[in-house]
Amino acid sequence: MHPSKIIIAVVAVTLVAACHKIPAPLSPSPVAGNDSLDRARADSIARANAARQAEIARAQAEQDSLRAVREREQREAAQNADAMKVLAATIYYDFDKADLTEAARSLLLAKVPVLQAQPTIHLRITGHTDDRGSSEYNLALGLRRAAEAKAFLVNNGIDASRLEITSMGAEQPAVQGENEEAWSRNRRSEFAPTSGGGSQ
Amino acid sequence: MQLKQILIAAVASSALALTPAAARAQNPTVPEGVRLGLNYTLGTKPGVLVLPMDSTGGDSVRAILQRDIDYDDRATVITLDDQSARAMMPKTGDDFNYPIFAKLGVVAILRPQRSLTGITITMYDVAAKKRIQIGGFPLTDQVNSPAWRMAVHRASDEVERWIFGTPGAAATRILFSGGDKQIWVIDSDGENARKLTSVTLAMSAAWSPDATKFVFCGFTPSGSQIAVYSFITGDLHWLSGTARGLNITPAYSPDGRTIAYASGSEGGTDIMVMQEGDASPSRRITVGRGSDNTSPSFSPDGRQIAFMSGRAGHPEVYTMDADGTNPSLLTEFTYGEQAYRASPDWAPDGRRIAYESRIDGNFQIMTIDMRDRSTKQYTSDGQNEDPSWAPDSRHMVFSSTRTGPRQLWVLDAESGRMRQLTHAAGARLAAWSPILKP
Repeated sequence: MHPSKIIIAVVAVTLVAACHKIPAPLSPSPVAGNDSLDRARADSIARANAARQAEIARAQAEQDSLRAVREREQREAAQNADAMKVLAATIYYDFDKADLTEAARSLLLAKVPVLQAQPTIHLRITGHTDDRGSSEYNLALGLRRAAEAKAFLVNNGIDASRLEITSMGAEQPAVQGENEEAWSRNRRSEFAPTSGGGSQ
Repeated sequence: MQLKQILIAAVASSALALTPAAARAQNPTVPEGVRLGLNYTLGTKPGVLVLPMDSTGGDSVRAILQRDIDYDDRATVITLDDQSARAMMPKTGDDFNYPIFAKLGVVAILRPQRSLTGITITMYDVAAKKRIQIGGFPLTDQVNSPAWRMAVHRASDEVERWIFGTPGAAATRILFSGGDKQIWVIDSDGENARKLTSVTLAMSAAWSPDATKFVFCGFTPSGSQIAVYSFITGDLHWLSGTARGLNITPAYSPDGRTIAYASGSEGGTDIMVMQEGDASPSRRITVGRGSDNTSPSFSPDGRQIAFMSGRAGHPEVYTMDADGTNPSLLTEFTYGEQAYRASPDWAPDGRRIAYESRIDGNFQIMTIDMRDRSTKQYTSDGQNEDPSWAPDSRHMVFSSTRTGPRQLWVLDAESGRMRQLTHAAGARLAAWSPILKP
């Protein structure tokens, strides 16, 4: 055999081997020769391609649905956090008064749909006062503030058994200071959501 | 009167000259702030001189007697330094040089001496130039211990009875809520402060009439509840018979059998009564109709209760019969007062009720006379709150921010004189004890 022929054969073998390793798209390129063989080969390639496409589509769908779940979860968490923020929003009062101000009413009203949407949640309402006046009487005043807030929620359809009231009077100021700025922030009712049942 | 005043002033300055500041500073038993009494109306406050006493604790005995008599506000304590006072002691027996004492403004000489079981105190009338009283006082405890000091206070109170016919109120203690929100007790002269409770939050302590225990409001997982602390056992127990939720401002009736307190619900806060040993539910005695009714204080005969109520739209002091009938407004509208009156305390003699009133935005200590309903204002600096009468119905302890942080102060309702009782920030809600028996 002529040496050049040997080289060509080697190259051809190598090329064929290389062709097998390359995962290039299989094209049903017409190959001269037996027709049925060609068709069978083309079919096989088409099947493989279809399977590949299906695989890609499935993976894509899986990813999409995962993302959707994650997004829904994030959305719900955000809504939940907003709901909790609405539930826990503090309301404020005038000096020696338990009457609900307009601002307090709208904050309380916003709690109603949240409580209705989440019927297992209970609220502990704690009334507070500023530190002026009798610290003993302030305990009673704090309770009356919490009671006014509870009555408003009950009047707006919330079951009274889900609302517990208590008072800390002037004993737990939100901010320190002997000025109207501090006093106005201490005259308040705070709302602590608890998962249902426990009325502690 | 004028002549006498001048004479005493002159003598007083010479007495001061006899008292080198350095010597005074080195002698810790001569309390700073014991004054010569020149600030007060002379003639109504007799001069009293306490002679030195030799023996263990003698300096303390003299210092305590002097301070108690000074704090009693009925006499003027004439102080001499130890050396000058010793120079005036008789060489033998009772042979005083009375004219010298008279020149110093001394009306009564008190001579404490050691006895087998404690001390004897002899009182000499300078004008009559003779011994007029002698009494023995047991002092068995360790010198300067709380019990020993209390025994000396009892001697002071008895000496004041000799001079004025009614005893002093030195043998007493004062309960209060400290800055740590626990109940503390302190002697009437500001000594021996100690903490008694360790609960989440304690306030509104009130003595039992026999002073063996006190009742207070403490915060628990089931709300604020009423507890009794026994000085005899050191134990506290929570009263059953109170509702879950808000239970505050307890007070003993004068016979010690009933505890009145305030209990809150959605329907407002009302005054309740219960028998201490009885676990049955408390009985409501106010009809607040949704208002707040707190801080009961019994009249000394036990027939009436003073309390505060917001039933008229703002806090006012009312009285009612002890069964809750016949409530009536005690404090009428007064021009300049901003309709916030609180914290009533009925004087042990029944004649006055002390309370706090909001005047120009600040709370001030007031009294109202139960016969003619005349009121008197005692304070004007800072926030002054929660008055509590001493058993002499003359002095009151109250909380005040007059020097910055809230502290307890003692006020003499006759002269208006005030002294600071506590020095740790945040003290409030004080309750003055009855006279403490041995």
